[in-house]
Amino acid sequence: MPLLEVRDLKKYFPVRAGLFRRTKAQLRAVDGVSFRIEKGRTLGLVGESGCGKSTLGRAILRLHEPSSGDILLNGRSIIDVPRSGMMGLRRQMQMIFQDPYSSLSPRRTVAQTIREPLDVHGIGTREERRRQVDRLLDIVSMGPQVRDRYPHEFSGGQRQRIGIARALALNPEFIVADEPVSALDVSVQSQVLNLIADLKRDMGIAFLFISHDLAVIQHVSDDVGVMYLGRLVEFASAQDLYRDPQHPYTKALMAAIPVPEPGRKRTRLVVKGEVPSPIDPPAGCPFHTRCEQVKAVCSVKRPLAVDVGASGRPHLVSCHLYGDGGQ
Amino acid sequence: MNPDQAPLLRVRDLVVEFSTEVGVARAIDGISFDIYPNETVGLVGESGCGKTVTGLSILGLIPSPPGKIVRGSIELMGKDLTAIPEKELRDIRGGDISMIFQEPMTALNPVFTIGNQMVDVLTQHRNLTRKQAHSVAIEMLDKVGIPAPGQRILEYPHQLSGGMRQRVMIAMALSCGPKLLVADEPTTALDVTTQAQVLEQIRLLQDEFQMAVILVTHDLGVVAETCDRGIVMYCGSIVESAGIEDLFNHPCHPYTEGLLQSIPRLREKPVDRLPIIPGRVPDLFHLPSGCRFADRCSKVTDRCRQEAPVLQQLTGSTAVSCFNPVA
Ligand SMILES: Nc1ncnc2c1ncn2[C@@H]1O[C@H](COP(=O)(O)OP(=O)(O)O)[C@@H](O)[C@H]1O
Ligand SMILES: Nc1ncnc2c1ncn2[C@@H]1O[C@H](COP(=O)(O)OP(=O)(O)O)[C@@H](O)[C@H]1O
Ligand code: SF4
Ligand SMILES: [Mg+2]
Ligand SMILES: [Mg+2]
Repeated sequence: MPLLEVRDLKKYFPVRAGLFRRTKAQLRAVDGVSFRIEKGRTLGLVGESGCGKSTLGRAILRLHEPSSGDILLNGRSIIDVPRSGMMGLRRQMQMIFQDPYSSLSPRRTVAQTIREPLDVHGIGTREERRRQVDRLLDIVSMGPQVRDRYPHEFSGGQRQRIGIARALALNPEFIVADEPVSALDVSVQSQVLNLIADLKRDMGIAFLFISHDLAVIQHVSDDVGVMYLGRLVEFASAQDLYRDPQHPYTKALMAAIPVPEPGRKRTRLVVKGEVPSPIDPPAGCPFHTRCEQVKAVCSVKRPLAVDVGASGRPHLVSCHLYGDGGQ
Repeated sequence: MNPDQAPLLRVRDLVVEFSTEVGVARAIDGISFDIYPNETVGLVGESGCGKTVTGLSILGLIPSPPGKIVRGSIELMGKDLTAIPEKELRDIRGGDISMIFQEPMTALNPVFTIGNQMVDVLTQHRNLTRKQAHSVAIEMLDKVGIPAPGQRILEYPHQLSGGMRQRVMIAMALSCGPKLLVADEPTTALDVTTQAQVLEQIRLLQDEFQMAVILVTHDLGVVAETCDRGIVMYCGSIVESAGIEDLFNHPCHPYTEGLLQSIPRLREKPVDRLPIIPGRVPDLFHLPSGCRFADRCSKVTDRCRQEAPVLQQLTGSTAVSCFNPVA
């Protein structure tokens, strides 16, 4: 049984659109996503901004109420759990945010910040909570001397460590990490990525790790999902995805990454255009307006996921170049 | 770089300070460099190292107070920009030198159409009627790859996507045929696919307009792909300057080497742990004496803590500020 299973999850936001913003429309932020995460494994989620990564992460934790679909934690559906029951689930599922600046309250000390989930859930005695805070600080490589200081006194990387310590306070099984290193400088970024790798190994925590950076995703992930306009267009083990990317969008993303090797410059293929609006997404394949290999069927029929895996592991691609459409 | 040519821009011993509540912060501490006609130079380093302040100094845009150029010279084709009246500087700004920023919205006025703003710039710097300026503006928008420029010119900044806004900024910056373009993180806020498009555009236009570009970025991949030379800054100083091949293939400063190793990059074989630079950038009020990188450096010796190294030319294209450069 997977730790987490997401089935055909959708999250639509009602918006006003059109001339004078009079028409009511649906913004399809997440438009039918399914996947599984096994215990202690990391699923990396990658895609351009606006493609629905954060919304998906938040919908799984029910910080956004999903529009439809199902979410199963340890085999139990949590989609109908009432708000009051979500508190218990929060012990198992936590979130780390991109912006360590705005996600920590400026009026709470480091110790208060990390202890808050313990206080809310009434866990342990005062003394036990105190020891737990010190232990958590130790895990994220900060000393107990920072307990009484305030988040704004710290650099971005250290604030992110504080945010991580807080997310760990309740011993969660699953953490949604939404762009946790994107705001950090490179030299600090790798420190935090190594810390996350340690947590995964030592504590057996499963992650949904969201990033727009394919290199970061490769480093942290067991499996990778590539998202475009609210849908997963490719899903595979990290090894297979990076060795042999299949979807034209995945290939375009990979080609666009600037490579820090001067000899290789000025030769890459540049994908045209921009991501269309999720209020009025293209019919058929969402990528067809930008795809180099577009065929007639692509603008009419929505491609279904096809398993092209050759290694015995699933490698799902939603593209008409594969499966029946590919013949 | 062609050493027989006279430099277009010659910066010597530039010192910039800001007065703050807690004291005077020396943001730029005696930097010197040359920019030659038509070359692209990457200015790299982590946030706070002084890249933007360097760019603003060249444009004479340091906010004063609290900022002040306290020493040094910035010569454009032999004329010291720190010593000329503001009126003359205004003509040079947007004329011979232009700047584009990370967030185009800060530079665009939300209440005027794109066309209005472009026509203003054009009539200010070139002897054109508004009608002539209007057609030049459309021509420029077309050049930077904006579809249907005749229509776009009537729109307001918020109606455009991030990538399109950056293209408009580039069109405005180039409309008076500058000899030097300072581009401050022009693609940092964009997705990789849009970044690739915009960088490609800058490259094409540079060839057409025959201008030099200072590309400010924290992304070493971008530098490798677009620049002829790179200048690496740390805490307000230049620690290394080199031709692009030398910089990436034979980094000489331990900081440059550490940065190159710690960037997450796509790998054939993923590594368990990313190499890191330990510690973090010191703030300007707590700089170590001697070499500013000493506390984080793997090659530190006693001398480094007592004496500040100065930038020295090594063999080849490299100049480095280190007592124990990487061999
Ligand atoms: N609370 C909201 N109300 C309306 N639209 C939203 C809301 N949150 C996100 N969106 C929209 O949903 C889409 C997906 O956004 P998001 O999940 O933040 O993407 P990503 O994290 O991949 O950048 C975007 O078009 C965004 O504007
Ligand atoms: N207006 C200002 N007032 C005070 N300090 C400033 C101001 N602008 C920049 N600084 C300081 O100058 C240093 C360099 O900043 P900046 O050039 O913006 O860095 P970078 O662009 O490399 O990230 C930083 O320490 C910053 O805090
Ligand atoms: S001068 Fe010394 S401390 Fe500074 S970088 Fe070089 S070796 Fe390290
Ligand atoms: Mg997001
Ligand atoms: Mg800057």
